Amino acid sequence: MNPVLAVSAAVAVASTVAVVIQRKAVHALLYLIVSFFALAVAMLALGAAFAAALEVVVYAGAILVLFVFVLMMIGVEGPVPSLRAWLFPALLAILLFAELAYALFARPELLEALSVAAPASGAAQVAYAVPAPVPPKAVGLALFGPYAVAAEIAAFLLLSGLVGAYHLGRRDKA
Amino acid sequence: MNPADLELALGLAALLFVIGLAGMLARRSLVFMLLCAEIMLNAGGFAFIVAGARWGAPDGQVIFIFLLVTAAAEVAVGLALILALSGQGRGRPKGLDADEMRRGGD
Repeated sequence: MNPVLAVSAAVAVASTVAVVIQRKAVHALLYLIVSFFALAVAMLALGAAFAAALEVVVYAGAILVLFVFVLMMIGVEGPVPSLRAWLFPALLAILLFAELAYALFARPELLEALSVAAPASGAAQVAYAVPAPVPPKAVGLALFGPYAVAAEIAAFLLLSGLVGAYHLGRRDKA
Repeated sequence: MNPADLELALGLAALLFVIGLAGMLARRSLVFMLLCAEIMLNAGGFAFIVAGARWGAPDGQVIFIFLLVTAAAEVAVGLALILALSGQGRGRPKGLDADEMRRGGD
């Protein structure tokens, strides 16, 4: 069993449970970001480099920051947490960093995404028990090749979400 | 990639989905319910990625991108609804009609 995958799975489960049982929404949000980071490391271990990058950039970086904005607009009450509240989140984050550093510098073969992509032809297609990692180029070619219509529809969905959010948030003049 | 890894990853996806579902059912705060919806969406996307990695196909990651877009649109509208419901200086809306919610339910 891949130790990187196992450790990041444990971190993901622990932080997701912490999301659900938090009392304050901001803390839950930050635990959710840790959970998404752990899932991104798991995706790296599975060979999905592009999805791992998107998980960090779009999910943790854009969607959850939107949550942070709205929570700050609603208002956060309560005192600043004590130093002991840092222990568990710091442990999770250090664990993630340690396993990523270990895998990157000591055993890069654990991260399938970093291994060289084999040409998907002949023997590689038959012996599907050991699939090659999917490079970002293949994802892009599939997204704008056979899935081009779906990509357009997804763009329409984003536009409708934008219009809906704008309509709900608009203030009438007087 | 050996089969134990795949089983572990699929089990992780299922477990995360169940945690999100439990949170969605147990919490009553709108923000927490939206967060739990995010957890469940993400678990589903992770399952797609595991399947894509199993077959060495890019389709799993493509579906993950579409899930990402869906989650972004859902969060945009959901957070706008939360902002409208939380008041922000206006009265509490009575129904779920979008126009009424924006006006503040007068």
